[in-house]
Amino acid sequence: MDDLWDKVFSFERYGELLGLVHNSLLAGALLGLIGGLIGVFVMARDLPFAVHGISELSFAGAALFLLIGLDVVLGSIVGSLAAALLLGLLGVRARDRSSVIGVLMPFGLGLGVLFLSLYPGRSANKFGLLTGQIVAVDDPQLAWLAGIAVVVLAALLVLWRPLMFASVDPEMAAARGVPVRLLSPVFMVVLGLTVAMSVQIVGALLVLSLLVTPAAAALRVTASVLWVPVLSTVFALVSVVGGILLALGGSLPISPYVTTISFLIWVVCRLLGRRRDRHGRITRSRPSGDAHTRTGGPAPIG
Amino acid sequence: MMTGEVESGEVPVTSRTPAPALRLQGATLSFGDRTLWSDMSLEIPAGQFVAVLGANGSGKTSMLRVLLGLLPLTAGSAEVAGRPVRRGSTRVGYVPQRVALESGNLIKARDLVRMGLDGHRWGLPLSVGRTGRAARHRVDELLTSVGASAFADMPVGRLSGGELQRVRVAAALAADPDLLLCDEPLAALDLRRQREIADLIDAQRRRTGAAVLFVTHDVNAVLEHVDQVLYLAGGRWRLGPPDEVLTSAGLTELYGAPVDVVRVQDRVIVVSATEGITGHQSHDDHAAHHAAHHGAHDADALDERFGVG
Repeated sequence: MDDLWDKVFSFERYGELLGLVHNSLLAGALLGLIGGLIGVFVMARDLPFAVHGISELSFAGAALFLLIGLDVVLGSIVGSLAAALLLGLLGVRARDRSSVIGVLMPFGLGLGVLFLSLYPGRSANKFGLLTGQIVAVDDPQLAWLAGIAVVVLAALLVLWRPLMFASVDPEMAAARGVPVRLLSPVFMVVLGLTVAMSVQIVGALLVLSLLVTPAAAALRVTASVLWVPVLSTVFALVSVVGGILLALGGSLPISPYVTTISFLIWVVCRLLGRRRDRHGRITRSRPSGDAHTRTGGPAPIG
Repeated sequence: MMTGEVESGEVPVTSRTPAPALRLQGATLSFGDRTLWSDMSLEIPAGQFVAVLGANGSGKTSMLRVLLGLLPLTAGSAEVAGRPVRRGSTRVGYVPQRVALESGNLIKARDLVRMGLDGHRWGLPLSVGRTGRAARHRVDELLTSVGASAFADMPVGRLSGGELQRVRVAAALAADPDLLLCDEPLAALDLRRQREIADLIDAQRRRTGAAVLFVTHDVNAVLEHVDQVLYLAGGRWRLGPPDEVLTSAGLTELYGAPVDVVRVQDRVIVVSATEGITGHQSHDDHAAHHAAHHGAHDADALDERFGVG
């Protein structure tokens, strides 16, 4: 039992280890920021399943590049973008999209496993792509991740308002001149980049814990245009940075720590959200605007 | 500048251009060899409430898409307030059919109205500074004017159908359009909510002076507000006051098949034995009910007599 506990938590020589994961912490913080923000749109556009599908192909791309001796991050990006574009082009309607993902996902995972088993190198590298790694982020990799983060952040800043409109009420957005159909593949590309980045840190299997769980948790406690992205980002940051710090203490991969923190945050938000729901129902039972038959609007506007 | 009476104390504050709210000249819309309507030339003055009627597939919704600039005309021209139609124009407002917003927990009612104001612009939805304050103020005014203040801070996903449509009317009016397009905004609402939303749209067009083009399968829901009816059938069209268009002779000629228009207690019911003339309600909640009154244009009306009407 003690042995197991040591595997999960052990903080001897913690300071030395901290120096080793300096890059990973930076990368993790960047990922928390981007993942929390993009998660809001993943929820708004109902894409959690697509995130999973993209991450499997991202894994396949990374494994292929590892096998043929090219840059792993680049391979991950190539796989992600291929998946994102396929989904953007093939699956416009939710129903089509789900089946396309259901087909792509095992194929991508299978390819990835094939490439990994052909790879003669160390096995730690292999499983890192699936379940995450902490010390493996070197300087060139960090540069890649920072570059991706800048691109994604810039895209989100520009697209935010019309993308939210198109996600929430596509019909009214189209009528208002928002290029709804164009935004869909554009967003998939931005999402693909973020997934490629996440695969490097938490691994392909657990990308959802950073791109979906934090936003889902935030949505349980607020519907504010400001607080949903802020909370989602904070939750993602706490999960990934906290996960890395805890993972240093044990000899396990980083993922269980990250996923557990993000899951616990979600559980707490859900409980808080239930209180809000009850409160919401009380508000609802008051006579609301529906009870008025005609607007006696005081001041004419125009 | 407006037709119809202005309610006492409510003076439209917006000065509209003298151009008609909508002018079509030789407008034709075809998909392949199928012509939905052709050579449509008409003018709708500012402030008029026009019901657009016709069987499924007669091109009612396509007409709205044309006026939104989302679909090009095959021939002819369309102008809104004197300018050619353009995608994303602030001269046109749009109220869609009520469908539950799937990601409705993300934003509040007031955010949806704000989107009607500036949701199409790039960037972040900032609410700081003078423009931010002005936008917030405008959103509050709009919410009040549609009677939605009480649920302004509710997530849109939790609004009832009637509440959601109120909010959407406010969003559609946010840019102060000259022409308000409504695509079956009453569908899937119960009769009382239908009446409320119809009354609301009527009150808003009187207040703002915007013309309303109201696509519906049941003219009775808006009959008391309607100035003119635009009836589309078999590639042809007819525009005029309801009493002139909704007659047995008129619709028989338009359809080229015998049609009877019956008036029961101030409600209009279109009856025909011919397939495809009155099958307007296939998407409606009352479809089953409709089947029991085969051929009746307006199955809802039959409930109505025993209900609030």
